[in-house]
Amino acid sequence: MSSPLLQLKDITVSFEGFLALENLNLSLQPGELRAVIGPNGAGKTTFLDVITGKVRPTNGDVIFKEQSLIGKREHRIARLGIGRKFQSPRVFENLSVYDNLALAVAIPKKPFPLLLGRLQGLQIDRISQLMNIINLNSRATSLAGSLSHGQKQWLEIAMLVGQKPDLLLVDEPVAGLTDEETELTADLLKSLSGENTVLVIDHDMEFIRRLDSPVTVLHQGQVLCEGSMETVQNDPKVIEVYLGQPEEEKL
Amino acid sequence: MNNSRKTQAWISLMIWVVIIAAIIAAPAVLPVFRLNLLGRYLSLAIVALGVDLIWGFTGLLSLGQGIFFALGGYCAAMYLQLNSAFEFPNGIPEFFGLYGVEKLPFFWEPFNSPIFALIAIWLIPSLVAGVLGFLVFRNRIKGVYFSILTQASLLVFFNLFNGQQKLINGTNGLKTDVTLLFGQMVGSDVVQRWFFWISAVLVIFAWLFSKWIVRDRFGNILIAIRDDEARVRFTGYNPTIFKTIIFAIAGGLAGISGALYTVQSGIVSPQFMTVPFSIEMVIWVAVGGRGTLLGAILGAVVINYAKSLVSEALPASWMFIQGGLFILVVTALPEGVLGWIQRGGIRNLLVKVGFSRNIATYPKLEIADREDMKV
Repeated sequence: MSSPLLQLKDITVSFEGFLALENLNLSLQPGELRAVIGPNGAGKTTFLDVITGKVRPTNGDVIFKEQSLIGKREHRIARLGIGRKFQSPRVFENLSVYDNLALAVAIPKKPFPLLLGRLQGLQIDRISQLMNIINLNSRATSLAGSLSHGQKQWLEIAMLVGQKPDLLLVDEPVAGLTDEETELTADLLKSLSGENTVLVIDHDMEFIRRLDSPVTVLHQGQVLCEGSMETVQNDPKVIEVYLGQPEEEKL
Repeated sequence: MNNSRKTQAWISLMIWVVIIAAIIAAPAVLPVFRLNLLGRYLSLAIVALGVDLIWGFTGLLSLGQGIFFALGGYCAAMYLQLNSAFEFPNGIPEFFGLYGVEKLPFFWEPFNSPIFALIAIWLIPSLVAGVLGFLVFRNRIKGVYFSILTQASLLVFFNLFNGQQKLINGTNGLKTDVTLLFGQMVGSDVVQRWFFWISAVLVIFAWLFSKWIVRDRFGNILIAIRDDEARVRFTGYNPTIFKTIIFAIAGGLAGISGALYTVQSGIVSPQFMTVPFSIEMVIWVAVGGRGTLLGAILGAVVINYAKSLVSEALPASWMFIQGGLFILVVTALPEGVLGWIQRGGIRNLLVKVGFSRNIATYPKLEIADREDMKV
């Protein structure tokens, strides 16, 4: 296969002595769909923070499209082609659905073009396309703050796609969604991979299973195991730290 | 949504008709003393527009707009002082004589030029705001820390200006009413009438300009920064640049406002940089309606006019009324008076007290109006 799109090399993040990530290595091939799971506190969100420039690692390097992301600011990394969806839906609540998407698809993202220029036909088409995918065409002029939780999740995913990133980082996209919405989201993410590279973080097992993708298990800031859902589920270490837990939670 | 936008546009239009009618009628109806007060308050509306841009839209609560307001005032006053300095010893403004200064300080020199002064009035405050803003925003100082920092800067500037007798007459400030402009005394009725007209026209231009800034995606970015700055970053925008630009624009508007206020009140002094005055600017916008622009204008003009009327009748009571007004708005009308009206506040109130029936909310009618609901 060609060279990896994203590569994390020996990433260590230390918060005043507490190691959130420890010598983490991971690489993603272009077009891949990858799921990352792990119990609470395993470092899943920190791992996204490092890639997107929110947290600077104590040690190690992040290579994206053959250049290092270390020390680059968030908006630069976003412009390089990494889009991120947050754990709880974060959309601009006081803007309409349409305007949210318009900000996501705008190029270039600089003050003067935004002040003087207008959206181009191509971008307007793209916005209606995106609204069709997430089924919010009839709500185009509604404020994003008035949408339901699930609709906000989808709007945020649509904004992400609208940025045309090469790599989509998706943090718990199905938290708080109904079963039906979860299924639809899984299908949506699967349809995005291939053209885009998608990395999904979650701990909803049903959802991960439906994604039908390679899985990386994080535990205490390290990669515990990697492989298909089958392999991972049968790994004794994984069962011990993670898959054993849902049984207890049921009580 | 479309309907409420139409209502909002109608309300704005009606308010504008009233404002423009009032502006045209005022010189005929009001004595010069009152006209001059109105002109001053119109000029304050310009600084309020800037506060609305940075606070109402972008969520940056600046308690230091007095800095830029005063800088604009000083730029205007320095030109006027130089323009009438020929009659004094050494050909420099009179106050220098009090401190034994014989040579004009270097930074006064360019203010001999009216064109330089006209540009400096908005450019200098704007640059100061831009530099200050950039340093603060780049270090991601936000929220209450930003507010405290702007207030601290205000105090720094106040002390700086207050202590410089030999350079800018310190605490006494610079008088403009006895200076000359086109051979006329600035404090005279004729010139004051002119300044009233200039203030009125500039308020309208400042409003058009602000409206243009926020009309489309640039304005949406400002609102997005207020809603969720981190999300803006991860969407690929650099919030620092946008915040710096809008803060510089607000600074420039404050400068224009300060210059107009100075020539109409007859003096600029460090009193323009006291803490309460900058807080009042925020109150005008809060009461008028954050994020509405027109509300900022109404808030500045109506509150200040009320202030002067109340203070004449009951000298000590204004502070209580202003405090009460602010509490009322914060608790009962968080969107300000205009925001409340735009969201159908009056109609809802009439419905509540039983004067009117809320016909427009019949679900059938609304559905029939909506394009997407048609089968």
